[in-house]
Amino acid sequence: MPAEKYLSGNFDRPGSETIDGYIALGGYQSARKALESMTPEALVELVKESGLRGRGGAGFPTGMKWSFMPKAGKDDRPRYIACNADESEPGTFKDRAIMEHDPHQLIEGLILGGWAMQAKAAYIYIRGEYVRPARILEKAIQEAYAKGFLGQKVMGKDFAFDVVLHRGAGAYICGEETGLMESLEGKKGMPRKKPPFPANYGLWGMPTTVNNVETFCHVVHIVGRGVEWFRGIGSEKSKGSTLFGVSGHVARPGLYELPLGTTAREIIFEHAGGIANGRELKAFIPGGSSTKPLPASLVDVKMDHDDLAAAGSALGTAGLIVMDDTTCMVRASKVIAHFYRHESCGQCTQCREGTAWLDKLIGRIENGSGMMRDLDVLLDVANQMEGVTICALSDAAAWPVQGVLRHWKDEFARHIQEGKCPFPDSFEI
Amino acid sequence: MSVVTEAMRQEILSLLPRYPHKRSALLPALHVVQREQGWIPPEAMEEVAALFDLRPVEVMEVVSFYTMYNRAPVGRHHLQVCRNIACALRGARKLTRHLSGKLGVPLGGTTPDGRFTLTEVECLGSCGTAPMLQCNDDYHENLTVERLDEILSNLP
Ligand SMILES: Cc1cc2nc3c(=O)[nH]c(=O)nc-3n(C[C@H](O)[C@H](O)[C@H](O)COP(=O)(O)O)c2cc1C
Ligand code: SF4
Ligand code: FES
Repeated sequence: MPAEKYLSGNFDRPGSETIDGYIALGGYQSARKALESMTPEALVELVKESGLRGRGGAGFPTGMKWSFMPKAGKDDRPRYIACNADESEPGTFKDRAIMEHDPHQLIEGLILGGWAMQAKAAYIYIRGEYVRPARILEKAIQEAYAKGFLGQKVMGKDFAFDVVLHRGAGAYICGEETGLMESLEGKKGMPRKKPPFPANYGLWGMPTTVNNVETFCHVVHIVGRGVEWFRGIGSEKSKGSTLFGVSGHVARPGLYELPLGTTAREIIFEHAGGIANGRELKAFIPGGSSTKPLPASLVDVKMDHDDLAAAGSALGTAGLIVMDDTTCMVRASKVIAHFYRHESCGQCTQCREGTAWLDKLIGRIENGSGMMRDLDVLLDVANQMEGVTICALSDAAAWPVQGVLRHWKDEFARHIQEGKCPFPDSFEI
Repeated sequence: MSVVTEAMRQEILSLLPRYPHKRSALLPALHVVQREQGWIPPEAMEEVAALFDLRPVEVMEVVSFYTMYNRAPVGRHHLQVCRNIACALRGARKLTRHLSGKLGVPLGGTTPDGRFTLTEVECLGSCGTAPMLQCNDDYHENLTVERLDEILSNLP
C-alpha cells in the first residue's frame, strides 16, 4: 500500500492556501488540540517520543532540541523561534513548495512550536529570492491574525504569539543557524562561535530554537495522529516521510513524498520515471550538494540516516540529484566547488583558502591543465577543511570532493593524462 | 533631494515594531530602497544609516555582503540564470549562451538601451523545474531556448 502523503496532501487541493480552505480540510485542529489539552512539557515529550529528526540537513532530534530551551520560571527572558526558510542548498526545493501550496500548515506548526517552547514569537527567515512564496505566506499570516490564531490571545487562550516573516537578501551562509540569527539582527550573516548555543544565547541574545520549515510541518501531524502512527512510517532511526526533491537527468523531476528508508532505486526509477532520454544512471547525490555522490552500483541504498551513512554519504536535505552516463564527474565537482567558494563567508582561514583551492584545482583538472600530484593535494586540502571551522560550510565543501575522489578518481586521472575532458557529450559549463 | 523619499521612510518606520531591536529592520529597509530605485545608491546608504543610527560604512558592509542588493544600476529586466548543478545538468549553459548572443552582452553586462542585464546566479531552489532563470521578482522554469524567446518577446 503506498504511504499516505500527509505533508503534501493539500498541495493539489484548490484553495488550501487560504485559511478557510485549510480549515475545511481539517487544518488548525492540531493547534487547538495542543492548546486545549496539552501542557507545553507534554508536547515536547510527544515530539521526543515520535523520533522526529530535523529536515534542514543535519537530522538532529527535534524533541531533544526543544528540550534544551531553558525552563520557564527559572529563566524568564523572552524566547524565540527562528524558522529556517533560507533553502539554498543546491538540489533542495521542498520548503518553497510547502510555503506556496500550504502556508497554513507551516503557521500551524509554528503555533505548536511556540506553545511547546512558550515562545514570544517566531521569525521566519525566508531567502530573499523567494518573492512569490513570501507574498503567499505573508497573506496567510495576516489571515491567521484576523482569525485570532496569532496575536495576543491565540485561539482565545492565555498565550500570546507572533509570527513575523523576514526576507533575506541572497547568501547561502544565512541558512546556517547562527548566520541566520546575525542576518536577522541586521548584520552580515557571519556564523557565530559556539558555545554559547542558541538555546541560551540566540536571537538578540535570547533563548532561541532554529528549525527547518518542513520540521514544523511534521509536528502538526504528530499531534493530530499520534506518536504510534508516526513511528509506523519510515525506518528504525529515521521516522516519518519526507519530501524527496528529485532533479537532474530523470524523466520526471519533482517532489515525491515518501517514507524515509525508501530506496534510491524506487525513487529514481518508479517515481521519477527513470533516467531521461533512454540513458543509464551513472551517479546520484542523495541529499543536496553537500552530500557525497554515490555510484549507480549503490542505488539500492535506503534513503535514511543510517543506510546512507553506511554507504558513505548522508541524507542531508533529501534533494536527490541524478546524473546519467554522459556526465563528467569532474565538471559536476567543479560546479559545486565554485558554489562553496562563492558562499564562504571568509571568517575561517581553512574555509576561505580551502574552498578557493578546491575550486582552482578542480578547475584546472577539468580544463585539462592539471598535474598528477594535484590529485593528492586536492584530497589533502579537503581533509584539512573538516571539523576545524566555526560552521559546517567548510565540511560541506570538503565532503563532495572526498566522495567524488573515492569513486571517480580514475576520471580525474584521465583528464590529466589526456589533457582534456574525456566525456564529449557531458553537460556544459 | 533625498533618495529615500518620505513614503519610503514611512514604510521603513512601519517595519520597526516587528522587532525588539531596530537594526533588525535593516535588510527589509534596503529591500524597500531597491524596489523603488532598482539599486542601492551610495546616498541611500547614508540616509538609511541615519535612520538606523548607524555609520554609513556599517550599511555599506551589509549591502556588499548580500548578492541581491545591486550596487550599480541594472537593466529594467534583470535576467539571472541559475548556473548550479541541477540547472547545469539540464542545459543552463545553452540558455546563457543564447541570451548573451541574442542580447549582445557578456555575463554581467547591460544592453545599451538599459532594458536587460544578464547575470548568472547560484541555485534558486527551483531544481525540480530546471533549467530556470529569475527575471526581477519572477521565476521562469522548465526553460528551453524557444520558451526563453517567447518570454523575452512578452517583456515590455
Ligand atoms: C552552510 C549551511 C547552510 C545551511 N542552510 C540551511 C537551509 O537553507 N535551511 C535549513 O533548514 N537548514 C540549513 N542549514 C542547517 C541549519 O544550520 C540548522 O541545522 C537547521 O535549520 C536546523 O533545523 P532542523 O533541526 O529542523 O533540521 C545549513 C547549515 C549550514 C552549515
Ligand atoms: S566555515 Fe566558512 S562559512 Fe563557516 S564561518 Fe568559517 S569561513 Fe564562514
Ligand atoms: S540548481 Fe538551479 S535552481 Fe537549483
